[in-house]
Amino acid sequence: MTDATANPSSTSPHSGSLLEQDPLTKKRNASEARFKAYGLIAVCLGILALVVLVVSILNNGLGSFQQTFIRLDVELTEAKLDKNGNRLLADIKKVSTFGYAPLIKTAMEKKLDDLGIEIEGLSEKDAAALISKDGPAQMRNRVIADPDLIGQTVSFDFLANGRVDGYLKGRVSMESAELDSNISPQQLMLADALREEGSLIKRFNWGFITAPDASENRPEASGLGVAILGSLYMMIVVLLLALPIGVASSIYLEEFAPTNRLTDLIEVNISNLAAVPSIVFGILGLAIFINFAGLPQSAPIVGGLVLTLMTLPTIIIATRASLKAVPPSIRDAALGVGASKMQSVFHHVLPLAAPGILTGTIIGLAQALGETAPLLLIGMVAFVREYPDAPPEGFFDPASALPVQVYNWTQRADPAFVERASGAIIVLLIFLVIMNAIAITLRRRFERRW
Amino acid sequence: MNDMRIVERTVDTKEIKISARNCQVYYGDTHAIKDVDVDIEDKTVTAFIGPSGCGKSTFLRCLNRMNDTIDICRVEGEILLDGEDIYDTQVDPVQLRAKVGMVFQKPNPFPKSIYDNIAYGPRIHGLAKNKADLDEIVEKSLRRGAIWNEVKDRLHSPGTGLSGGQQQRLCIARAVATEPEVLLMDEPCSALDPIATAQVEELIDELRSNYSVVIVTHSMQQAARVSQKTAFFHLGNLVEFGETGHIFTNPSDPRTESYITGRIG
Amino acid sequence: MSDQNADQHIVASYDRDLEAIQAMIMKMGGLVEAAVLEAANSLEHRDEELAERVRLNDKAIDALEEQVNEECARLLAMRQPIAKDLRTVLTVMKISANLERVGDYAKNMAKRTSVLVQMSPIEGTAGAIRRMAKTVEGMMKDALDAYIQRDAELAQDVRLRDHEVDQMYNALFREFLTFMMEDPRNITACMHLHFIAKNIERMGDHVTSIAEQVIYLATGEMPEDNRPKGDSTPYAANESM
Repeated sequence: MTDATANPSSTSPHSGSLLEQDPLTKKRNASEARFKAYGLIAVCLGILALVVLVVSILNNGLGSFQQTFIRLDVELTEAKLDKNGNRLLADIKKVSTFGYAPLIKTAMEKKLDDLGIEIEGLSEKDAAALISKDGPAQMRNRVIADPDLIGQTVSFDFLANGRVDGYLKGRVSMESAELDSNISPQQLMLADALREEGSLIKRFNWGFITAPDASENRPEASGLGVAILGSLYMMIVVLLLALPIGVASSIYLEEFAPTNRLTDLIEVNISNLAAVPSIVFGILGLAIFINFAGLPQSAPIVGGLVLTLMTLPTIIIATRASLKAVPPSIRDAALGVGASKMQSVFHHVLPLAAPGILTGTIIGLAQALGETAPLLLIGMVAFVREYPDAPPEGFFDPASALPVQVYNWTQRADPAFVERASGAIIVLLIFLVIMNAIAITLRRRFERRW
Repeated sequence: MNDMRIVERTVDTKEIKISARNCQVYYGDTHAIKDVDVDIEDKTVTAFIGPSGCGKSTFLRCLNRMNDTIDICRVEGEILLDGEDIYDTQVDPVQLRAKVGMVFQKPNPFPKSIYDNIAYGPRIHGLAKNKADLDEIVEKSLRRGAIWNEVKDRLHSPGTGLSGGQQQRLCIARAVATEPEVLLMDEPCSALDPIATAQVEELIDELRSNYSVVIVTHSMQQAARVSQKTAFFHLGNLVEFGETGHIFTNPSDPRTESYITGRIG
Repeated sequence: MSDQNADQHIVASYDRDLEAIQAMIMKMGGLVEAAVLEAANSLEHRDEELAERVRLNDKAIDALEEQVNEECARLLAMRQPIAKDLRTVLTVMKISANLERVGDYAKNMAKRTSVLVQMSPIEGTAGAIRRMAKTVEGMMKDALDAYIQRDAELAQDVRLRDHEVDQMYNALFREFLTFMMEDPRNITACMHLHFIAKNIERMGDHVTSIAEQVIYLATGEMPEDNRPKGDSTPYAANESM
């Protein structure tokens, strides 16, 4: 020190000009620049992966929201649909879909005659096969809903056969049709003719969102209705169970529990539970809720219970984190004016922690919404065509779930289901985005209060 | 000589409000407070001074059992408030804290409106029968906290929006609102600027006419300015306790002297 | 006080400031001691030049006192000393005021010396006054030593020695009375000499005050007991009339 002051120019390590960088500074700056570059590359890779994912899903799935319909005027002959002519619902219901099928065939013939379309090698049966196998059911439902239609000629928008739909969406071509036993090039030519005439149309398909699942042979009729309801019911169950249990247990652990071996053990186990593979929860649910407690299989209540178990650790961890983040001075302040422990928690700590708790809960719910594995084990993978009832009875009715529906459809042979699965993924993603948006909005709203 | 003293500084012998006898505090294995005997008088400001970690805040928090919230903290000996042992098993700390209010180092208003900040204590203790009562308590407390004029037009704006000094006076008003008999202050001015500090000190001096005030402070000047009695803590011991004027001109213990004059050792 | 190392402030510049004002006091004490001795010497040896020098030197003492006051005010404002440090500053201020008064008395002695030189000497009194001055100077030296040592015992000793000075003054008072009654022409000179003796007696009181400050500095308490008062001249009139 004294030497340095005596002769500063020779000993000071910083004697050089500020205008030029010394080697060490250069080295440091270079490594910093490198690090920034790595970071940027990582971020770009992430964004790229996301973009590819979203684009491919949208590419595959957007088509499922559009569906091809064929408009036919069908004469609902009384002789076939209501032999007794008394319009009794019980009688009308006795006529099965097989009774309706010939009507479509007749209507198709009439249409071809009217338009004067003649295609070589196209049988009448083939022409009628352009209409989905679901067509007769569609007609029957309409008639049962309104028996007065019998005897009139009614215009129906029938779902087109999956292959015809695929043809319009570019999935099926003349070449592939030759090899396909389900469709022939002649049928596609007929489809072209009908499209020119205007009775074959492509429009938005509400059925995809509201309709129940359909069998292997009629992908065009399948929809997400039951799955969405099932998922909704499960979310309700999860919310009703996981939020109070999770918040209550976090408050106890964070504010009241003494610090000892037992609470340490509980803490460690909660952290571990969050990392347990979800399928394990499925096995647990199968063993306890179905085999032991005797709850029905495929029911949203069981799915909800299992997902509750899975979501609880997430909610507890998030809640405890947000409780911890509340400054202790607030607790002191409340205790200092003579509030009891519980008053201090419920009047002051909890409102401050609420945004964090809500965010944690919604993220937990979103995670549960996208969960498939445990649901497979408790039988929610079953083929369900019936809508569940309104809650609370509906919680015990069989239902499906969105991610399970995706899984289900990807298992099926008909390529039309691939499109449907991607469409279901889009619906699922939209739900997740909405939930996250709600989480963010709630957080903002509560935080902005003060 | 005594008759020449300025009247305000006179310390008459008053009723003992709090008396600690042979008080020991342990944090786990650490013996944080050793053998403290102290008598805190009514209508007097008593200052606790001492270096960091000497136990003055710990002892202060013992006086209204705020350290109950710390699991490993253990208190032995007697602390009597009006002759009753506050560590008796029958004593509910919540009831005790309503009698012995506390103001903290950092201004910590609730993130609610100014009105709700003050009204909270009276509400949970059932001090107000109706809204008019409550309004009156709020106004009285804010006046006593010497902050009424600054906030009367914005009672329903958030308390956290006030300046640091105003927040601290709000906290004092909040403590006063529950009508305590003793007011404990843990370094109430450490986060405030000199003007706000002066306002709080003036307030403390006014509060003296109604309450027994105990203040922990790191500023010797502050202790000298506001208190009538001073206790010097060192390494968990109560080294010296006496009249403030005496401690600051002629302390008896060399440790006190070294500390207050800023000497090594 | 017990341990020199433990007596240091954490802020070293605080120590330097305190030392500086005390050094000024010591310097002032040295000047005042010299002034007292020189004034007495000039009287004994009827040395007008020396008396003139004493009068001039008083300016330096006054200037020092002013400087001490300024430094003390600065230290009070900037360091806010308490306890021992506060007592140090307070005693420094009081001691400097006392020393300044002693300096003034010495100057007054020198002034009167200049007048006395013009008159015929009065036998034996100059020597007695010099002895008295010497005693006060010794007390002052001890008081200042006691200050530096923070030695309350020595200071108490100084306080008690003021009695001697008072008694010397009493003796001189009677002597002057006798001279004046013998020959009215002596009155002018004796009046001057009496004032000089009174000045020295007052110096003793100021030194006593310094000693009391030392006791306050060292113990924190002003001595409560009444020290023996030797000045009986207020009652002398009755006796001699």
